[in-house]
Amino acid sequence: MADTVVGENPDPHAAGEDPNRRDFIHIAAGAAAVGAVGVMAWPFIDQMNPSADTLALASVEFDLSKVALGQQVTIKWRGKPLFIRKRTDKEIAAAVADDTASMPDPQADEARHKPGKAEWMILIGACTHLGCVPTFAGGDYGGWFCPCHGSHYDTSGRIRRGPAPTNLPVPDYEFLSDTKVKVG
Amino acid sequence: MSGHSTYEPKTGFERWLDTRLPIVRLGWDSIVDYPTPKNLNYWWTFGGILAVCLVIQIATGIVLAMHYVPHVDYAFSSVERIMRDVNYGWLVRYMHSNGASMFFIAVYIHMFRGLYYGSYKAPREVLWILGFIIYLLMMATAFMGYVLPWGQMSFHGAVVITNLFGALPLVGEAITTWLWGGFAVDNATLNRFFSLHFLLPFMIAGVVGLHIWALHVPGNNNPIGVNVKSKADTVPFHPYYTVKDGFAIVLFLILFATFLFFNPNALGHPDNYIPANPLVTPAHIVPEWYFLPFYAILRAVPDKLGGVLLMFGAIAVLFVLPWLDTSKVRSMRYRPTGKLYFLIFALACIVLGYCGGQLPDDKVIPGLSTFILIDADLNSFVWLSRLATLYYFAYFLVVLPILGLTETPTAQPESISTPVLSHPAGLPAGAVAAPEKKG
Ligand code: FES
Repeated sequence: MADTVVGENPDPHAAGEDPNRRDFIHIAAGAAAVGAVGVMAWPFIDQMNPSADTLALASVEFDLSKVALGQQVTIKWRGKPLFIRKRTDKEIAAAVADDTASMPDPQADEARHKPGKAEWMILIGACTHLGCVPTFAGGDYGGWFCPCHGSHYDTSGRIRRGPAPTNLPVPDYEFLSDTKVKVG
Repeated sequence: MSGHSTYEPKTGFERWLDTRLPIVRLGWDSIVDYPTPKNLNYWWTFGGILAVCLVIQIATGIVLAMHYVPHVDYAFSSVERIMRDVNYGWLVRYMHSNGASMFFIAVYIHMFRGLYYGSYKAPREVLWILGFIIYLLMMATAFMGYVLPWGQMSFHGAVVITNLFGALPLVGEAITTWLWGGFAVDNATLNRFFSLHFLLPFMIAGVVGLHIWALHVPGNNNPIGVNVKSKADTVPFHPYYTVKDGFAIVLFLILFATFLFFNPNALGHPDNYIPANPLVTPAHIVPEWYFLPFYAILRAVPDKLGGVLLMFGAIAVLFVLPWLDTSKVRSMRYRPTGKLYFLIFALACIVLGYCGGQLPDDKVIPGLSTFILIDADLNSFVWLSRLATLYYFAYFLVVLPILGLTETPTAQPESISTPVLSHPAGLPAGAVAAPEKKG
């Protein structure tokens, strides 16, 4: 190839100049095109992620005096149900007693409520299996029962039996006063 | 079978067009003169029926999109408005919702036809795979369409199905958030589902084009599974199969009309007439009937990720089926043992579908308690689903690979014409066999 005279062969792929230069231009142009498409693909993928206004969703404040002892109020937070349950002494005791029982996602009851506020159990009410809303006080452990595929949660919201892998998550929240809580 | 063309332009305009865009030739070669095995039975009419289903869904869907509002505050009421106020809205919407069920009835029969007669075997592997791509697109379309009315089943069905992806390790949560466009199924989700629900049918139409192209290269399989050997084995598609398909389409539309006009909600779920409420899940949440077998497989596994993988695996295994079945004999007609296993397989699919609609812990035989096996009573739907799931996978992964090597098939006819012509007194056979005498 090296001794081919320039212009002798009209076939551009067998041109006389150093063929490596042509190969390089082909590869460089191809890579630039692939890169450009790749870079342009990202905005089209990322547009499906939560938008700025969705991310900015405000936190909620809730007046705890609305919840009677042994009852639960469900509010909507970030599109998901939020359980605010005022547990009875019996329910707290049952949860504490089970701290040592074997469960899929072991956690002490203490770690699931604010210190000194054992009666207030605040949880995200989406089953950790596939997201259904568990029903209040159902199931074998008196906590919640998810009707979709039969997950049993105890009064601390810990998964005890069924397909759900983890406990009902505890959101970030703080007590503004004894009767006011701010979630998020 | 492709390659030669018998089209002869008759008018000056046709000749002019033929040298510029041979579209009339394409139509002629594919639906008029296309040589088709002369022994196709009525199981082969479902391809044509499915084409009709797709046209019905697209036509009615475009009408519905003119009146539907994809917003969480208006979706439910806009559907009710279509049902009550829009002229003939009730008809178009019921056609669309029942049409989806009809579409799946036809596609399942079409798939079992292919399984029974070995239509997935060489040289039709690509045809088969394209078929399953269509099926996947259909499932995605049907799922997103079911979400649009924004009833209770719509909403919680969407929650459960999108959460399936959350089972994937590491990326699961990012994927569900991306699918939702938020932290829960909400307006962003409904909006994009509407957009995609509108797009996917046209993608289906595109893949259907490829599917038919891939069909016309090797030509149709047929009930005896023996290759077409000569022109004597075929008849032209028109009028023989246009008429046969047309007759089957009429029968199918009668069934469709029966649902449409006499029991349009038979295949739906009453809970979907309750507007979506994110705070309360219906007590018994089930997908549409055509997803029930997969739902049963999902619930058969006590582990979240395992269930999801097995459910997707149930479809994935069909993609590689052409390489799993080792038998050289296409049609189950000549595989007496294979036929038996196939029938049990069909039964297992129906059992799975039934289990998917029941509560997992309910008893199969009422009032009978046996013993607890691992986590549930043996006499429960969850165990029945497990047995059927086991058979479902064993059929593809054990039975078909091994049976092809061990079984003795019965004798296959020489050619498609042989069994027909060997009945000299058979009048119907003679009638069918007439056209090949010309060639
Ligand atoms: S979603 Fe709760 S058990 Fe499946």
